[in-house]
Amino acid sequence: MEIPYTVKPRPDTGLYNAKVGIWLFLASEVMLFGALFSAYILLRVGASAGTWPHGLLNVTLGTINTIVLITSSITVVMAWVSLKLNQFGKFKMYQAITLLCALAFLGIKSVEYKDKFSHYQIIKKDGTYVDGHMHGATYLDKEGKSREEHKFHGLSFKENNVEYSLKEVVLNGIEAAQLSEINEPHKDKEHKHEHKNISVPAAEIQKINNYGPWHNTYMAIYFTLTGLHALHVIGGALVIGFLWGPGAKMWRTEPERFTNRIEVSGLFWHFVDLVWIFLFPVLYLL
Amino acid sequence: MQHTNHDLHHGHDHDHAHHEPGFWGKYVFSTDHKVIGIQYAITALVFLFFGFSLMMLMRWQLAYPGKAIPLVGSLLHNMLGDAAPGITDASGKITGYIMSADLYNAFGAMHGTIMVFLGIVPLAFAAFGNFVVPLQIGAPDMAFPRVNMASYQSFVVGGVIMLVSFFIPGGAASAGWTSYSPLATLGSTHGQTFWIIGMVFLITSSLLGAVNFIATIIQMRAPGMNWMRLPFFVWAQFVTAFLLLLAFPPLEAAAVMQLMDKVAHTSFFLPTGLVVSGQLANISGGGSPLLWQHLFWFLGHPEVYVLILPAMGIVCEIIANNTRKPIWGYKSLVYSTLAIGFLSFIVWAHHMYLTGMGTKISTFFQTTTMIISIPSVIILTCFFISLWGGSIRFNTPMLFCLAFLPMFGIGGLTGLPLGFNYSDLFLHDTYYVIAHFHYIVAPGTIFALFAGIYYWYPKATGRHMSEFWGKVHFWLSFLFMNLIFQPMFVQGMAGLNRRLYDGGATYAGVADPATGLVVGIPQVFLDLNKMISHAAWALALVQIPFIINFFWSMKNGKKVTSDNPWEATTLEWQTPTPPPHGNFLTEPHVYRGPYEYSVPGHGKDFTPQNEPEHGAPQPIPQKAH
Amino acid sequence: MSDNHTAHDVSKHVRGYLIVFGALLIGTVLTVWASHFHFGNKDSNVGNIVVALIIALTKAFLVAGYFMHLISEKKLIYSVLAFTGFFFAGLMFLTLWSMHPQNIVHFK
Repeated sequence: MEIPYTVKPRPDTGLYNAKVGIWLFLASEVMLFGALFSAYILLRVGASAGTWPHGLLNVTLGTINTIVLITSSITVVMAWVSLKLNQFGKFKMYQAITLLCALAFLGIKSVEYKDKFSHYQIIKKDGTYVDGHMHGATYLDKEGKSREEHKFHGLSFKENNVEYSLKEVVLNGIEAAQLSEINEPHKDKEHKHEHKNISVPAAEIQKINNYGPWHNTYMAIYFTLTGLHALHVIGGALVIGFLWGPGAKMWRTEPERFTNRIEVSGLFWHFVDLVWIFLFPVLYLL
Repeated sequence: MQHTNHDLHHGHDHDHAHHEPGFWGKYVFSTDHKVIGIQYAITALVFLFFGFSLMMLMRWQLAYPGKAIPLVGSLLHNMLGDAAPGITDASGKITGYIMSADLYNAFGAMHGTIMVFLGIVPLAFAAFGNFVVPLQIGAPDMAFPRVNMASYQSFVVGGVIMLVSFFIPGGAASAGWTSYSPLATLGSTHGQTFWIIGMVFLITSSLLGAVNFIATIIQMRAPGMNWMRLPFFVWAQFVTAFLLLLAFPPLEAAAVMQLMDKVAHTSFFLPTGLVVSGQLANISGGGSPLLWQHLFWFLGHPEVYVLILPAMGIVCEIIANNTRKPIWGYKSLVYSTLAIGFLSFIVWAHHMYLTGMGTKISTFFQTTTMIISIPSVIILTCFFISLWGGSIRFNTPMLFCLAFLPMFGIGGLTGLPLGFNYSDLFLHDTYYVIAHFHYIVAPGTIFALFAGIYYWYPKATGRHMSEFWGKVHFWLSFLFMNLIFQPMFVQGMAGLNRRLYDGGATYAGVADPATGLVVGIPQVFLDLNKMISHAAWALALVQIPFIINFFWSMKNGKKVTSDNPWEATTLEWQTPTPPPHGNFLTEPHVYRGPYEYSVPGHGKDFTPQNEPEHGAPQPIPQKAH
Repeated sequence: MSDNHTAHDVSKHVRGYLIVFGALLIGTVLTVWASHFHFGNKDSNVGNIVVALIIALTKAFLVAGYFMHLISEKKLIYSVLAFTGFFFAGLMFLTLWSMHPQNIVHFK
């Protein structure tokens, strides 16, 4: 006996198997991202005043990425429509655009990630803050010879058995007496901070770290949510890529089943888009 | 019958179904639901015994704290090193090896994890569900056979990661099976990281399985198998699959966040100002330990029903078959199961009364908890009433089922004091809790699983397991299970904390010379530790007949005389034995409900579901759709 | 969308998809534009959250309803999603409720 309803819908449910399967899977995905969104709300409500950053992310890049994902959603739909209209060539073209959009999205996302890793915050021993992008760091070896670096290598590092210790760090950014001046810049419009190069000697540094996930709970949830979302983009692109490349030969033998596969992979892709529709305002705008 | 012309045209895509696969394809990388079911069953049974072995070692430490471990002490030392340190006599000679406190904690955490996620869930849900559900609904296989295989493989990977974690430096996770942060996150060893990654694989496996089960039950029912003709076991698996599908993802989210805490040094579950070993922890802070508990128990409580519902399904099938009567209140059973599934999502915080939730929330969760006990009682009552007036066949599966009823009853009723906020505050961290939930899963669920193994074994192998040794296995298991867990209620009510490495010896009662009152835990309750431990080891010994019976009967058991040796009504008995790839020779048509036993006016005392109103079951030549 | 739709039916839908696409682009621009204003009470950003959520929910409805064909989907899918929605709401609101600072008992 063969497995029934892999192509044709079952009469009483009106659905073929894979469609039931993908919607069930998406239901579990709703719970997965739902739990993370709950965590986001909790962490944000529980954050003490001035510690939750606003306007930290680059809204322009976020907007572009939103448009990229929306574009990929329409091409996925159009690819499925093309198959329904028996236009295999158009299907190939639309899915190629989808894949390019996926690549573009991931590329922009990694630019944003990289930016956050070069963004540092220093808590000085006098309790004030310096916050900005790493401009350069000066290290000294044992003999007192100095060495300029563009990147920050920690308070000390070792290379070719020579130990270097930090002399000073130069950040391109702002100085602030309180954390809220950095995290909520819009609250205080008269006091516009000019970005400038600020040099901080190692002796004045209480704590220095960059805006990785360890920086605060906002960065933690930002990296977790967008990272998990990016994994979904990669997974979806792999499936769409497979059905575009080697998997497409099914079109010749079982066109209906192949069209179903495109529909199911499309449903997943739209869900990924859907998650981003919430991620964008929640992380970038609010 | 699906071989229409259309299918033959595209036949090359289904080639795997038509020629015999080799050994690897048949037993290891099989997509056949029956083989996957058996793979799950054997793997899960091995994990069950392994998890039990961890507890047997812990029971030594509880009964004889600090004494050298007999038999396996040096083996443990060779495998795990200083986690099982040597003890020396006066001359400095090593006389044996003991269990360190860290090892005790690791074994405790892994006992829980392995028993729940690698033992009972895969056995009750994946193994029995895979083997039985497609047969009972008259389907040729699961809806997604390759997803099914991926589910099993993911399960194995998760299991291996859990096992490997015992041997990494620092040992396995040791923050309890609930892995509460910050305890779980702050240790410098990697056991917890392995635990989280292992859990992600196990969760993936469960999700794939759940999607597959639901899609199969919805889409693959044979013609005539409408919802109210489904055997209760299928209903139980259906609801269980939904619980797994929707309750596991929040734990997966929590696992991802804990992994970030562990690996990327985030502070999802770490509060500001956390002090570790007298030092302010070097973390960003701002997180919430309670968040982990909420997300964990959002899975954790539905998980309890994941453990018990399949067991109830098995018990229902076997009771109907051996009382030779229709199940009393089939519809009540179905609706109660749906109600349990629904309610189980809104009771979780009764595990958290001790965290200082406000009175309003405690009241809310206390109320839902009391309400959810009602459908459970309805189910149990239906089973009891089904026994009434039946001429019961007391074979091994039936004995296990009959024992399930009172054992589950004890487990359930002792849960009520834990559902009430006030009594829970006293009982929560004591052995009372251990006794309560073990009554549900050990003599409850595991007995039902044994029953299922004895019951469906003839279908899977074509041979019976030995009845005599089955009965020996049952009676002795029944005795020792109760000897283990009954005293724990007593210990718990006496206030014995459940996480003490020495079984409470440190808090042994001392009579106050002035008043004569005993301060601490009276010795008589601590002495029960020894009795419990001996019963646990005896329980292991009486599993030997089962293990031998299980393997010996595959080749030497009594051969079945027909495809339907128990004279049952459900569809899995209407297939060849063992069922071939594709299960049914012709697509079955269903004409009646699942439990038509002793219907007046019929010649025999059972009427299979595929038997038409008049006459014997006939293959129907043409499908209606 | 059921699978026995004819090619003609499908091409009729294309126009609808393009309109939805346009609406999504407009929604994106709108939500960015709206974030430059402050809605409601001066000291809280509840107004902005409500505006952003309304736009996001509308966009989500368009994607789910039209691109994922939910507005013409089968009853079975609706029931699955209804359960999911209910449990998601339970998870979020019960957790938030029980972790609200007012509702936590501080043992002294």
